[in-house]
Amino acid sequence: MFGDFDTGVIFQNWHFLLEGMQTTLLLTVIAIVGGLVLGTLLALARLAPFKPLSFVAGSYVNFFRSMPLILVIFWFYFLVPLVVGRPVGGFYSVLIAFVLFEAAYYCEIMRAGIQSVRQGQIYAGQALGLTYAQNMRYVVLPQAFRNMIPILLTQAIILFQDTSLVYVVGIKDFLVSADLVANRENRILEMFTTVALVYFVICLSGSLLIRRLQRKYAQ
Amino acid sequence: MNYNWDWGVLFREPFGGWLISGFGWTIAVSLAAWTLAFTLGSVIGIMRTTDSKLLRGIGTCYVEVFRNIPLLVQMFLWYFVFPELLPDDAGMWVKREMPMPAFTTAAVCLGLYTASRVAEQVRAGIEAIGQGQRNAGLAIGLTPAQVYRYVLLPVSYRIIVPPLTSEFLTIFKNSSVALTIGVLETTAQARQIEEYTFQGFEAFTAATLIYILVTSIVMLLMRLIEGKVRIPGMISLGAK
Repeated sequence: MFGDFDTGVIFQNWHFLLEGMQTTLLLTVIAIVGGLVLGTLLALARLAPFKPLSFVAGSYVNFFRSMPLILVIFWFYFLVPLVVGRPVGGFYSVLIAFVLFEAAYYCEIMRAGIQSVRQGQIYAGQALGLTYAQNMRYVVLPQAFRNMIPILLTQAIILFQDTSLVYVVGIKDFLVSADLVANRENRILEMFTTVALVYFVICLSGSLLIRRLQRKYAQ
Repeated sequence: MNYNWDWGVLFREPFGGWLISGFGWTIAVSLAAWTLAFTLGSVIGIMRTTDSKLLRGIGTCYVEVFRNIPLLVQMFLWYFVFPELLPDDAGMWVKREMPMPAFTTAAVCLGLYTASRVAEQVRAGIEAIGQGQRNAGLAIGLTPAQVYRYVLLPVSYRIIVPPLTSEFLTIFKNSSVALTIGVLETTAQARQIEEYTFQGFEAFTAATLIYILVTSIVMLLMRLIEGKVRIPGMISLGAK
């Protein structure tokens, strides 16, 4: 019970946990940036007038969206060393898995964002003599990103939570570090409660921030 | 790439049987969790739309707590920490005597987690109807409970069919998290076949096909249902 709840074990292993958190954050940030770039390209491909291109992008998105993230992690953990031909370390395999997986979700967000830009804006760009690429770069995408900021950030929080799934291949993220300490010191109760609390505080502050942003943009 | 293909491994004993039993567990966890998520999610979603500050507060707390902790961490909390917090006898019962401890924990945990997401959809569905219908119901003398039963819920459930479908597919995919506490569902079995035979390609392809197949069937079915229950003139809330 909470009677012999030992906070000391948390402070003694603080540095170890912090290192784990760094891995979690690193994974989150790279997956967001990579997923967003690839996802935006996919969204452009999906909305392209050239049918085969939009079909390929659509299949990509549906494929990844019907698979559990854990299975994708296992896939790439197995596949990447095989393709590269030498062991590359679990972290890189998992990183690739996250970028490719998240790209499918970011693609759908960006697609909705691009479609939310009024048609008149695109015509205006064309009338000014902008090329397709220029129109996208200077007219459509900046507005699409701005419209989608709240949803993009919500997805970032989901992604931050999802990175805990690297547990299944033993990458030393925040959860795995805590799990190691919990088993070594036999302090399961303290460690898992701490992990839950830390995630909760970070994610709740994040979603409160998003709500505030939303209100600001709505005005 | 150096790889020895052997698709036969999927049909050899015991590996073929592993996949089938894994598929069975995936379905079992998903359906059990969905039953809980749908029931509890509806209750909490409704609570968040009532006039009572207390009920709304409880609903909001539930949603925020369950939405802001990763599913995997919740899984560990229920499986490892929760029995420690119970009185000794009850804790012992959960650890030792409860039938199928991993399965039960996984289904309950996944159900409670998804309930917070279902609650948000139910709330969105009720709020989409607008205050006018609620007031109209109250004005003709219905009790608040009757307003929900006869006016608000029949409409809101019909407009949230698409987002609920996507929540069900999420639960179906999230059931793979149950492997972390030892439920041998589809993904776990595929991983196990890989470890036994080194035929990862074949095993993971089989698992992938299973997921894609079920997802496609559910989407087709729900599209039919969606067409059947659509309210003419009312736009349904799009899937996220």
